[in-house]
Amino acid sequence: MKWDWSAVSDFMPYFWDGLLVTLQILVLGSLISFALGLVWALLMRVPTRWVTWPVGVVTEFVRNTPLLVQLFFLFYVLPEWGITASALTTGVFAIGLHYSTYTMQVYRAGIEAVPVGQWEAATALNLPMRRTWTVVILPQAVRRVVPALGNYVISMLKDTPLLMAITVLEMLGEARLFAQQNFQFTEPLTVIGVAFIVISYLASLALRALERRLVH
Amino acid sequence: MTSGLWELVLKGVWVTIQLLVLSALLGAAVSFVVGIARTHRLKFVRFLAGFYTEVFRGTSALVMIFWVFFVLPPAFGWQLVPLWAGTLALGLTYGAYGSEIVRGALAAVDPAQREGGIALSFTPWQRMRLILLPQAVPEMIPPFSNLLVELLKGTALVSIMGMGDLAFSGNLVRLALQESAEIYTYILLIYFVIAFALTRMMRGLEKRLKAGVGKAPKKETAAVRVPEGSGVS
Repeated sequence: MKWDWSAVSDFMPYFWDGLLVTLQILVLGSLISFALGLVWALLMRVPTRWVTWPVGVVTEFVRNTPLLVQLFFLFYVLPEWGITASALTTGVFAIGLHYSTYTMQVYRAGIEAVPVGQWEAATALNLPMRRTWTVVILPQAVRRVVPALGNYVISMLKDTPLLMAITVLEMLGEARLFAQQNFQFTEPLTVIGVAFIVISYLASLALRALERRLVH
Repeated sequence: MTSGLWELVLKGVWVTIQLLVLSALLGAAVSFVVGIARTHRLKFVRFLAGFYTEVFRGTSALVMIFWVFFVLPPAFGWQLVPLWAGTLALGLTYGAYGSEIVRGALAAVDPAQREGGIALSFTPWQRMRLILLPQAVPEMIPPFSNLLVELLKGTALVSIMGMGDLAFSGNLVRLALQESAEIYTYILLIYFVIAFALTRMMRGLEKRLKAGVGKAPKKETAAVRVPEGSGVS
């Protein structure tokens, strides 16, 4: 096995570019998935089957099909429908949508874990529906689910390389480009592999610390 | 779509299913070996198993696939057939996730069961095989079912390496027809049907395994759910 340190130092500038794009995807994708997931979770509580059924079917479908094919779908089909967006925007939206179907379940569990007494108290105080949700239920529910949401951010990090398939130059995309131009596959691929391990390990440590703080 | 193109899609389904079954088998083997190793009495063995889990869970499955396809061949001088390379990458990655399930389920078995085994002077291996695993395995099925669907979704990644699986055949048909919406809808539907079948299969398996240790959920009492392990059933 040949290891060439000069290839590593040549690759580093591209690595930082890729890392920046990866983190961008991660932050924007997380925000979309947190917001959309909450919307799905709330829609699932609407007391009519006409809403819960379609939402349930659509989210189940998105959750059980590969993100890669969803990316292809959005990337190739949206332009046919007259919606043009950059590859990065499409990718961020796809990954956010995909993960919103997971965060939705997290929110649901959090909402169900709020004690019944809180609902009853809100009713007794004659709070309108809107205030019940915004000041009583959601603040308690969201606090409980932050660690679980964090876990999905970490798995989202590990799915960001898929955006390479729709020409986004994130870490893996940069590594592949560099490898093909210089015929050196070992170094760039190993560098980003180690980078993924380090980032996700640090993130899980941070998450554990956050979990401890939220519990107390 | 013409019948020739459908044939292409069917071939893709076949490759996807082959890859799914092979990597699920490898993944299950890895999960049990690593998961059981994490309960070993030697600290060194526990450390090695934990290290494996952290490393393979830490990287992205796609990066692992790239690594197996491009870095292993020059490093060791041999190259795997794409199907086996994909199986290796997916099995090792998802096996690391599975090992956490195995470890969790083993830790959740009532400690009195283990102590009972010690009191009856079972060897560690007998304890594992006769006492812990029969009780832990039924509890592993629901999380393994989720992981299996994740693995199915993961098999689509090999299409990036040019392996002719379902997602890849979708790309070929798109190039042939210049008609993306239709073909990708079909591909997504096929994946969904496979995932649905897998979930159903795992639910049946769970029922059978739970019946084996006297935990079968009674249908008549479905309205009032008795918490498991409360002694009332």
